[in-house]
Amino acid sequence: MTTSRTVESTDHPGVTVPTAIRAWSRWRWVRPSRWVLASIVLAGALLLGALVGPAGLTARSVLLELVGALPGVHVDSGLTAQQQAILWQIRLPRVVLGALVGASLAVSGAAYQGVFRNPLADPYLLGVSAGAGLGATLAIVQGGAGLPFVVPLLAFGGGLLAVAATYALGNTVGGGRTSAVIVLAGVAVAAFFSAVQNFVQQRFDDSLLAVYSWMLGRLSTNGWTDVVMVLPPVALSWALLLLHRRTLDVLAVGDVEAASLGVDVARVRLTLVLIATLGTTSVVAVSGLIGFVGIIVPHAVRIVFGASHRLLLPLSMTFGAAFLVLADVVARSAVAPAELPIGVVTALVGAPFFLVVLRRNKVAA
Amino acid sequence: MHHSSAPLSRRVWLGAVALLLALAGCTPMSAPAPAGTPANTAATTPAVSAAAFPVEVTSGAADSTTKVTIDKLPEAIVSLSPTATETLFAIGAGPQVKAVDDQSDYPAEAPRTDLSGFKPNVEAILAQSPDLVVTASKDADLVASLAKASVPTLVVPSAKTFEEAYGQIERIGAATGHTSEAATLISSMKQRIDAAVAKAPNLSGVTYFHELDPALYTVTGNTFIGAVYSLYGLTSIADATAAAGDDYPQLSEEYVVSANPDLILLADSQCCSVTPELVAQRPGWAGIRAVEQKQVIVLDEDIASRWGPRVADFVENLGEVVSTLELAKA
Repeated sequence: MTTSRTVESTDHPGVTVPTAIRAWSRWRWVRPSRWVLASIVLAGALLLGALVGPAGLTARSVLLELVGALPGVHVDSGLTAQQQAILWQIRLPRVVLGALVGASLAVSGAAYQGVFRNPLADPYLLGVSAGAGLGATLAIVQGGAGLPFVVPLLAFGGGLLAVAATYALGNTVGGGRTSAVIVLAGVAVAAFFSAVQNFVQQRFDDSLLAVYSWMLGRLSTNGWTDVVMVLPPVALSWALLLLHRRTLDVLAVGDVEAASLGVDVARVRLTLVLIATLGTTSVVAVSGLIGFVGIIVPHAVRIVFGASHRLLLPLSMTFGAAFLVLADVVARSAVAPAELPIGVVTALVGAPFFLVVLRRNKVAA
Repeated sequence: MHHSSAPLSRRVWLGAVALLLALAGCTPMSAPAPAGTPANTAATTPAVSAAAFPVEVTSGAADSTTKVTIDKLPEAIVSLSPTATETLFAIGAGPQVKAVDDQSDYPAEAPRTDLSGFKPNVEAILAQSPDLVVTASKDADLVASLAKASVPTLVVPSAKTFEEAYGQIERIGAATGHTSEAATLISSMKQRIDAAVAKAPNLSGVTYFHELDPALYTVTGNTFIGAVYSLYGLTSIADATAAAGDDYPQLSEEYVVSANPDLILLADSQCCSVTPELVAQRPGWAGIRAVEQKQVIVLDEDIASRWGPRVADFVENLGEVVSTLELAKA
């Protein structure tokens, strides 16, 4: 069990959680230095995302173009209409989508880890990825890969279906009372959906390329449409998760203890899982399977800034957004003008980065 | 509670496999669509030369040193490659073909079964009692397993050049007793291709984007399909990636737009429902020269992904298309 470790605050080592919660006075979590740092990192990532790309737009002209977009400012960036289209309709929506996806995966990961008190819990724990993968594969083998909305909608449906199956299975078998049963149900459901997905994929082996490229993750090519499509469910999920910061801290002490503090553990767990799943499934639908973000970002934040969910959730969101935007910069520039699948980049860059964080903060962890 | 490590490692593993597949430049896909154009080769009475057997034929890539020995004239051929199936029928070996794989949709009279060329099932293949198996798969296990059952396997993997494609037609001809028909087919293909190229305008400097998949996988000039475009002097916008050794790269969308190709060829219309209208609606694509000038062409992706006899059809059709377009640059 990792309960005590994950709830221990780095600022107050050895302090038990109820005390720690009280120790964070009402405004304490709004420590400016952290928020300034997180904002700078995110702003820097977004700027880099806007500046870097294989289309050969100069940094100066991109900056001028961005400044020129501010209300009341008139500057000539020198970009042609075509280059403006590249910046405004292809690159910027992709950067924004990357930020939304990264933030959602990271904050959902943090919530799942809190709900299940399992450091290895990631946003795909309950079968979202397998379900979405099956949905996307069905859409692709039926010829929908090139049509707008078809793959995202089926992926979204598949993801929700898998999580519903996991929850139903967990409830039937274990009464939904212990998180271990739900996690195990998720493993079983994911295995089952993956098996069906693999079967379909093999039956239609002429679609392999499209299926694989979805599986490896890609920030979509549908411009602002995808951003607009995922923003409502994702924003809702963020807002609801942030409202539950305090509840997650209480859950961290254990089911029995949380219940004695007046928390309806099973109900809260279901609520939180549904909220996190809504966010995850929405972003998976437009980005494919991007692994690792939901695990390393929350852990890195925990190690550096402490385990209190009041900090963990918003900081995970910010750093998750920055991380995925940067990973996408690598994905589209490392072998430019070709691309690497972003899911490969997040693991390839993320794993060593996480080890560095882990090493540097050995004492704190 | 560490139950969740399995799905993570599975995903990473899947990712690694798929990456390898992508890096290896897997063969472009073909869709199980109905056959387009009719067979070109006249159904001449095949003069099967049984006397030539046993024969030794090169198996594998063009530079392979592996030989396969075929003891007697094959009369129960199993083809696991759509390209090989087309060749077998074009050289008059059709009556000797017993079964073809699930993707072999041309010609219509080919005895299509649910055998998979992609994931060959040795027992299912042997159930057809073949005396020769023709496959494009380089799976060494398949060849070894069939050899244990004393079934010779002729491997004709995806060709990279016209010479390799012609070489494969020769090898299939030799292996099936149709050497002279194979030679006739090759010379007819060469004539048709030369004539088509001679008729077309000079298009050097004209660029194209050949879309294999809506995720913007494409081809460089180093591929077989690239060699077809090179006949007309067309240049792939992906040639910048050729140095990295990736001949089927996935391009960045903004690169495709900034490269501003003169011609877009859709090999993902049957598989993935992409149309010129949908291409024009993609954000930022309206200003691409090919889109502005309505030079977005839908290809028959079966013909465009195979390296068999119908390549001559493809070259001729492409020649007609490029001749009618406003492509020639000043």
